[in-house]
Amino acid sequence: MRWIEVWVLALALQAVPQAAQPAPAPSTQAARPAFVVVIDAAHGGSDSGARLGNGTAEKAVTLGLSVRLRSTLQARGVTVITTRESDAAVAPLNRAETANHAHAAACLVIHATATGSGVHLYTSGLAASAPSRPMPWQTAQAQYVTQSVKLESEIDSALAHAQIPVTLGRASVQPMDNLACPAVAVEIAPLVAGHVTAGKDVSDSGYQKSVADALAAAVESWRSDWKQQ
Amino acid sequence: MISRVHKVLFLIMLLACVVMAAFLIRLRNRAQDRLHAEAAMPPAEITEGSSSAPRTVTLYVPNDLDASITAVQRQIAMPADDNAQARVLLDNLIAAFHAPGSTHPMSVASGVNEVYFLPLPKAQGPPAAGRIAVVDLSGSLAAAQPSGIEPETLTLLAMMATLHANMPSIAEVHFLVDGQPRETLAGHADLTRTYLASDAGPEAKPETAPGQAAEVVP
Repeated sequence: MRWIEVWVLALALQAVPQAAQPAPAPSTQAARPAFVVVIDAAHGGSDSGARLGNGTAEKAVTLGLSVRLRSTLQARGVTVITTRESDAAVAPLNRAETANHAHAAACLVIHATATGSGVHLYTSGLAASAPSRPMPWQTAQAQYVTQSVKLESEIDSALAHAQIPVTLGRASVQPMDNLACPAVAVEIAPLVAGHVTAGKDVSDSGYQKSVADALAAAVESWRSDWKQQ
Repeated sequence: MISRVHKVLFLIMLLACVVMAAFLIRLRNRAQDRLHAEAAMPPAEITEGSSSAPRTVTLYVPNDLDASITAVQRQIAMPADDNAQARVLLDNLIAAFHAPGSTHPMSVASGVNEVYFLPLPKAQGPPAAGRIAVVDLSGSLAAAQPSGIEPETLTLLAMMATLHANMPSIAEVHFLVDGQPRETLAGHADLTRTYLASDAGPEAKPETAPGQAAEVVP
């Protein structure tokens, strides 16, 4: 009967590692929220934003870039939520509400300006804080500052790869501080002519496409990082 | 008949009148001499409330192209009053924005109505050191401010860094426009919050990414 004891012992040893394994993969995937990107085209309606070099309103440029980026990301299989799809006034409170309800993995706040050169990337000026519940509305972004800086770094790399000058900084701009997601304000500025550079206006469609493609590449890279977290 | 006593009294009073008249004429001549002497002196630099010799101050001037802030030394006659000192500092900074060839151009040469000082709110524990500067900007400055996250942020950072560098007791800065709270400076930079002045130092300035030097090939 000795071989029966050995066989039972082997069965028991096989059963132990199976019991120690974590929960099945499907249930883990069900718990993880979908990868959603929120794009916030700043201004709109009566709030025209900055008056850009050729007389274009900032609100038109931000909407154009938002639509272009949304299409590019959707073509890559990314779920995108935009805060506006037309020339409508949306309060900062509602913009943050949209992003926070979506449990977004990344929030991109699109702006445009007539000064500077290239693309300016800004994260919140709040100091990073540990996660807490309930989350204070006025400083919700404080819990995501570290992730926001990582997302900013991804975008910085993608823009540098596309040979677009980048400036990094921290700023206090509504509704950034209220966003409960990794958030970066992307401000597109004209390209100042250099030794080998042609000057380009922010409304130049080729320039906007370069920026949108670089942002999409950064979001894809961010998605890979996000899956590993 | 006039008595002898009255005659003597009249003569004494007449003499007193002559002496007083001579004294007043002398005072008037002295005042005239002083006025002429002041008029003959070269005109001093007119600064509001200035009462002391020029002092070396540090102004932080931004550059829109690379989002940097550079320290510039200037000789400015500073008034004794703290509020006036802060106002003179900011007016000189805005004048630098307005100067030809400015790296952060602005179409107005001044734009600060007043600077007020408040003690820091007392939290639990030891009393906080420093004070809050409440800067009341003019509506004309807000209207002349180029709109955008970068230009507006640079304006605020330059003002805060200049105040903190020359008046280290300023720990926090809050901005008003024409005496009223306002949401943004020109559509972007948040004016509803109070800023830490130390955050605006050169070490906190926006940095240029490695890709900055790269240029787009047409």
